[in-house]
Amino acid sequence: MLSLVELILVGLVLTNLVLLGTSRIGLCIRMVAFQGVGLALLPLLGHGEFTPTALFISGATALLKGWIFPLLLFRSLESAHVRAEVEPYVGYSNSLLFGVAALAISVWLGSRMPLPGSGVPQLLTPVAFFTILVGLFGIVTRRKAVSQVVNYLVLENGIFAFGAVALHKAQFLVEMGILLDVFVAVFVMGIAIFRINREFDHIDADRLALLKE
Amino acid sequence: MPVRLTILAPAAAGAAAFVIPDNRVRRRLMVVTAIAHLVFTLMAFRAPARQMFDGALQLDDPGRLFLLITSVLFAAAAFYTAGYLKREAKGQRQDMVEGRIFSNSPEARFTGCLLLFLAAMSFVCLAQNLGLLWVGVEATTLASAPLVYFHRHHRSLEATWKYLLLCSVGIALALFGTYMLALSGGGEVSLGLPALMAAGPTLNPVLLKAAFVFLLVGYGTKMGLAPMHTWLPDVYSESPSVVALLSTCLLNVSFLAILRVRQVLCAAGQADFGNTLLVFLGLTSMGWAAVFLLRQTDYKRLLAYSSVEHMGILAFGAGIGGAGMFGSLMHLLVHGVVKGAMFLLAGNILAAYMTKNVSGVRGLLRALPFSGPLWVAGLLALTGMPPFGAFVSELTILRAALSEQRYVLAGIFLLLLAMAFIGITTAGMRMAQGQPGANAPEAGKREPWSATLPPLALLLAALLLGLYYPVPLSDVMTTAARITGGF
Repeated sequence: MLSLVELILVGLVLTNLVLLGTSRIGLCIRMVAFQGVGLALLPLLGHGEFTPTALFISGATALLKGWIFPLLLFRSLESAHVRAEVEPYVGYSNSLLFGVAALAISVWLGSRMPLPGSGVPQLLTPVAFFTILVGLFGIVTRRKAVSQVVNYLVLENGIFAFGAVALHKAQFLVEMGILLDVFVAVFVMGIAIFRINREFDHIDADRLALLKE
Repeated sequence: MPVRLTILAPAAAGAAAFVIPDNRVRRRLMVVTAIAHLVFTLMAFRAPARQMFDGALQLDDPGRLFLLITSVLFAAAAFYTAGYLKREAKGQRQDMVEGRIFSNSPEARFTGCLLLFLAAMSFVCLAQNLGLLWVGVEATTLASAPLVYFHRHHRSLEATWKYLLLCSVGIALALFGTYMLALSGGGEVSLGLPALMAAGPTLNPVLLKAAFVFLLVGYGTKMGLAPMHTWLPDVYSESPSVVALLSTCLLNVSFLAILRVRQVLCAAGQADFGNTLLVFLGLTSMGWAAVFLLRQTDYKRLLAYSSVEHMGILAFGAGIGGAGMFGSLMHLLVHGVVKGAMFLLAGNILAAYMTKNVSGVRGLLRALPFSGPLWVAGLLALTGMPPFGAFVSELTILRAALSEQRYVLAGIFLLLLAMAFIGITTAGMRMAQGQPGANAPEAGKREPWSATLPPLALLLAALLLGLYYPVPLSDVMTTAARITGGF
């Protein structure tokens, strides 16, 4: 029987596979939002106690990852008037093949690094590694600036999952600081996408290739 | 109290700068804040360390040293910026590279972000909690991204995007490393530096090593260590010179972040693992930079690759340990002031010649009677010629390597230093000598003092650091080297 935490982790894996296989940016944004809401439950479930601090962090995460980020991303997608397609360098089936390979590597890595302490599901490290790998892969292989931000959020989600389950004693100040930083990062990236669109009439990051040796 | 103000004063001034409508008032506010920051830093330099927020923030000796160099560089930058913003043309104008039309970002945003950037860097210097340290380092990226996009043309936009994305991804990996570090204590240890160091020997060694790799890659991206440095030359060449100067502070505080993590590693008895990686990355950076320095045609990129090289020297010195760590901290101060001066001078040259090409600049010594000689002096200081400070610091690192009997490493270190010397001086001296070309400014045109005094002051500091260290400074440096080196 899977615990709820493990269920969320499995959900993370499945949504990652969807992200690798889909061609619609809109769906990608929704998947990341979906991940975010699931992850927001982790601070509550991880330690089995509903302290006000945990509730607050959980609420702020859900609000940010589930609502504000998708809103910002959809906004910049609309403002750019682009076809809402991912346009990857690596095709969808190959991306999925990468996903399978990455999953295998993550499980192997996770088995090499058993987590100390009780109450931490052993599924955690493989899932976190897998999500991070998918995010990195997406940033490298997706052409549009919006997709790159979406995949940055995937990467961030993987890290968040790891932190939320693994850490009991991180201070409130730290958690809020991290959330604030990620928020500002997405905000600033959103502005940059708007500017790229204004300057070039497209948001293909691959044409940002003038500066080199 | 003054310690707190090093964060609060620039943060408040930065917020105010966004809403102050008058340009002159805003510029004055920036200069006053910079001076106040320097005063607070100097006051805090001798004051005993006090804990704030349950020990989450505290100014210890490594923090003092990094805060001092940040503050000094910002003060120079603020004087220079006040004049620079006055001289910058309003409205639309032509891009000197491609001839397209562009305009500048609003000055209020530029000044505000500069001040917030200072606040974030001070925060990093004070952070005694690895989580807050991460928050601070990420905040420096976000505050500085709008600065890179001051000249609103597509090259600076490209640089901004690369900077934002690469650094954010790099720093995200550092966050993963931070979590892993906390987890190596079984999830029962907080992210506070004292707690982690106290738990040192009980930390899980596998997780600890993995955490250090992630943290080194993450903060190393920000510090500009090769091969994660690719954003750096673009940002340095496309942003205003002042921003390039402040990026030097940014590289420094990222180095501080790496040193903080190494403190934990040392406390856990895993210092050798970290040192090997630092030496490896250090030499990689120096080698990579040396190759690109030798065939560089753009003098702002030349300085950028020289930064990569010097960050390599810092990492190498830290990895050698012992006296090498002390040499590394000396080098941090010297490189900071010299590179700061060089970027400001590069800005002056760019304003006079309107080109970033090495081949487009001739006869600096005759055309710019102040900036020209300073440029030559800066080249010598940058490449480690006596009597400037870099000579002493590089010699200290070399001697530390030799006394540890790591002869091969010392040999490679010397070889790479020589390559960088050839690359930098060949390009730099070619610019200084000869007859001024057609694009040179008219002879006898006076340079504004706000553009020449800051680099002069910084180069004098570099000279001073080659001859004499004040006692309070050398005391702090000794303790800082002991703390960060784990001895």
